[in-house]
Amino acid sequence: MKLTDLFSIALGAILVNNFIFSQFLGCCPFLGVSKKLDTAVGMGIAVTFVMGLASAITWIVNEFILVKFDLLYMQTVVFILVIAALVQFIEMFLQKSMPALYTALGIYLPLITTNCAVLGVALLNIQNHYNFIESVIYGITGGLGFLLAIVLFAVVRERNVFADCPKCFEGFPIALITAGLMALSFMGFSGLQVW
Amino acid sequence: MNIGKQFKEGLVTNNPVLVQLIGMCSTMAITTSFFNGLGMGLSVLIILTLSNIIISAIRKIIPDKIRIAMFIVVIACFVTCVDLSLQAFVPALSKALGVFLPLIVVNCIILGRAEAFCYKNGVLASTFDGIFQGLGYTVVLMIMSIFRELFGSGTFGAGVINGTSGVRIIPEQFPAKILTLPVGGFLCLACLIAAMQWALAKSNKKKEESK
Repeated sequence: MKLTDLFSIALGAILVNNFIFSQFLGCCPFLGVSKKLDTAVGMGIAVTFVMGLASAITWIVNEFILVKFDLLYMQTVVFILVIAALVQFIEMFLQKSMPALYTALGIYLPLITTNCAVLGVALLNIQNHYNFIESVIYGITGGLGFLLAIVLFAVVRERNVFADCPKCFEGFPIALITAGLMALSFMGFSGLQVW
Repeated sequence: MNIGKQFKEGLVTNNPVLVQLIGMCSTMAITTSFFNGLGMGLSVLIILTLSNIIISAIRKIIPDKIRIAMFIVVIACFVTCVDLSLQAFVPALSKALGVFLPLIVVNCIILGRAEAFCYKNGVLASTFDGIFQGLGYTVVLMIMSIFRELFGSGTFGAGVINGTSGVRIIPEQFPAKILTLPVGGFLCLACLIAAMQWALAKSNKKKEESK
C-alpha cells in the first residue's frame, strides 16, 4: 500500500466524489440542519467522527465475524445495529465526559443513526474492497467532505433568506436549486487525479 | 378510518417526497432511468407496507424506550429479503440501484411512517397507509425518472423495453446530458416541489374563496 493511494482516496472522498454532491448520501441532514452556520458545523463534525469510527468498527465486524462465519447476507442488519449502538455509546460518553459538546450537538446526535452517509460509507468500504486503513481514511475524509459541503451550503443559505425569489420556490425548492448549482461547481473537480 | 382520505394524503396533500420532504437521497440519486425509478419505488412500496403491518401489530408490546431500535431491526429484515430476492431474480436492477438498495433501511420515509403512523394506529389502517405512502413515493420517482431519462439521454424505458437501450425518442446529439448528472437531480426535484407548493397554495386559496 502506497501513501499516494491513501491520498487519492482522501481527495476522492472530499472533492471528486463528494458524498453529497456526487453520491447523494446524507442529503436529509444536509438539507435539514443547514439553516444556520453553527448547527451545520456541529452536525458536520459529529458526522465526521461517527463515520470514521463506524467504518473502522464495521470493517472489523465484517472481516472477523461475517466473512469468517459466512454470514454475509446479514450485512445490512448487523451494520445498522452496530451503527445504532455506536451512536448510543457516543451519546452516553459525551454526556458524561464532555457535556458542553453534548448540549451543542443536541438532537443531531441520535439523528446520525439514520444518516445514509454513515451506513453508506460502511457498505461502500466493503464494496470497494478497502483494507482497514483505507476504510478508516475513506470514512474520515468522507465525513470531511460532508462537513465542507454543509458549511458552504449553510453560508449560502443564510444569505438566501434575504433573496427575492418566486413565491412557490420559497424555502425548500430554492435551497435545492442552490445545492444543485453547488453540485455543478463541484463537478469541476472531476478531472482531478493523483498519480 | 377513511381509505379515500388516506389515498389522497399519500399521493397529494401529504406526499412523502413533495410535501413531507423526506427520503430525498434515493429520490435524487437513482432516478436517471425509468427502470431504476420503478424498481426502487416498488421495492420501497413493498418494504414500507410489510414493515407497517408488522410494526403496527407489535406496537403494544414494544417498550417505548427502545422502539426506534426495534423499528430498524424490523425494517432491516425486510430490506434484506427484498435485496436478496432482487439479486436472485432481477440482477440488473440490483446492480443499477447498488448501495441504495440496502440504504432503504435508513430511508426516512419508512422510519418516519413507523414513528408517526403505525405506532398509533391499527394494522389495517397502517397497511393502507403503507400502500398509499409507497405509491406516492413511486409516482414521484416515476415522474422524475421519465423526465430525466427522456430529456437527459433521449430514451424511454431503458432496461424494460427493447433490451438495455430502450426506445430512442430524441436523437442522440440533442439530449441535455446534464439532467442525468447529480445537478439534474437537484434541479428536477426543486422544480417538482415548487410546482407542488404552487398547486397546494392555489387549491387552498380556492377553498377559502368558496367559503
